[in-house]
Amino acid sequence: MNRHLLSTTDLSRDDALLILDTAEELAQVADRPIRKLPTLRGRTVVNLFFEDSTRTRISFEAAAKRLSADVINFSAKGSSVAKGESLKDTALTLEAMGADAVVVRHSASGAPHRLAGWVRGSVVNAGDGAHEHPTQALLDAFTMRRRLGRLEGLRVAIVGDVLHSRVARSNVGLLRTLGAEVTLVAPPTLLPVAVASWPCEVSYDLNAVLPKSDVVMMLRVQQERMNAAYFPTIREYSRRYGLDSGRMALLPEHAIVMHPGPMNRGIEIGADVADSVRSTIVEQVGNGVSVRMAVLYLLLGGSEAQR
Amino acid sequence: MHASKPAGAATVSAKAAGGKIVLGEPEIRRALTRIAHEILERTDGGTDVVLLGIPTRGVPLARRLAERLAQVEGRPASAGSLDITMYRDDLRLRPARALGHTDVPPGGIDGRVVILVDDVLYSGRTVRAALDALGDLGRPRAVQLAVLVDRGHRELPIRADYVGKNLPTSQREMVKVLLEEVDGQDAVILGESDEGKARA
Repeated sequence: MNRHLLSTTDLSRDDALLILDTAEELAQVADRPIRKLPTLRGRTVVNLFFEDSTRTRISFEAAAKRLSADVINFSAKGSSVAKGESLKDTALTLEAMGADAVVVRHSASGAPHRLAGWVRGSVVNAGDGAHEHPTQALLDAFTMRRRLGRLEGLRVAIVGDVLHSRVARSNVGLLRTLGAEVTLVAPPTLLPVAVASWPCEVSYDLNAVLPKSDVVMMLRVQQERMNAAYFPTIREYSRRYGLDSGRMALLPEHAIVMHPGPMNRGIEIGADVADSVRSTIVEQVGNGVSVRMAVLYLLLGGSEAQR
Repeated sequence: MHASKPAGAATVSAKAAGGKIVLGEPEIRRALTRIAHEILERTDGGTDVVLLGIPTRGVPLARRLAERLAQVEGRPASAGSLDITMYRDDLRLRPARALGHTDVPPGGIDGRVVILVDDVLYSGRTVRAALDALGDLGRPRAVQLAVLVDRGHRELPIRADYVGKNLPTSQREMVKVLLEEVDGQDAVILGESDEGKARA
């Protein structure tokens, strides 16, 4: 394993499987009377969030605390960043406080990468701009493997706003490494220009893709980023690319429905679909803690010399 | 190991490990049978006993002991595994390692007699970690320790309740236990450790 987790493309197949297998063992901790392991006692994990996030930050915080690490939460609002401090100066401050790991979310793609060059501890990318969100992809892969028993040869459809989605980008990279076949489904305006060079298929027709999918992953319509008229109306988007119960019936019997959250019920996913037995949305949240525990353990649990 | 000896599988791997076989398959079998009887004597016929093997090789040993308990008493005995990686005191000395599997038999460990099973008892640090791990899983009525080989050199105040074989060793030596389920054969091998070789 590398010292940092910045992108899913940095992970070899063995690294990725080691994280998933470790998460599988750590998932048991959630069912025990004492949900805590002493492994990272005396280590400090800093949650450095320049962008609003509730679930990812809480998930990392829960993961670090279950491993007995000390957690310091740092959010940009009301902090020195609001007073104009640069990323580098913030990093040096954290360094001086002795952070063993920095979990960073930033609106600029590549910010975690820069940070990794300034601090001595491990950097975990918790989402940078429209670039990557590796732990989300890992927890998605973990959920698929738990539900369907394998990843090799799995047909995964990722549907919606791929252009702005770090989740889609991280998933394409990781799933490819793990041997799954990914198809992106979106209106042409919501696909990145370079999508032709990505290791996946592209389709504009959701109905045609659904019968051939083991997993369908719905992406959130990021209404805060929809100011450039990517599609005529929400209603039209929902008609063509939303997953309602009629469309869900096109899926094979065993197929599962995923969503990274937070979801817009009635836009990209129907309320009855989100609450159906095929939906793994709540499971994904629980699995997120196990996967993040695995990542923190593998980055921080060993010797300093090896890092 | 003489060249004219017939080269059985055991001979080959003992050579590969650079040592001599101190316990063969029959000795291991007899030792486990004896331990099983001792457990039955000391735990009132094995009622409420849970055998927890410490990965890797403690797990098949725990299973074998459970089979013997079941044979002798005619009722099933429960066996499981207890991974102690997250409780080790030397985690920071080596790169992060893959976790073993923890599998507590149904019924849990609360109020029962847990017998920890491992292949070799050496410094006692693994057992200390196992005791910590147990404490997070529940509260057993009593905890006992069964090992196939006790090689001495304890670094903590820990002793085994059931010992297959006491093997006096020097710290420069290495004891390797091979088991059918993991290694394809049963044997205990005593050889010189890499550290010992380096110093020699």
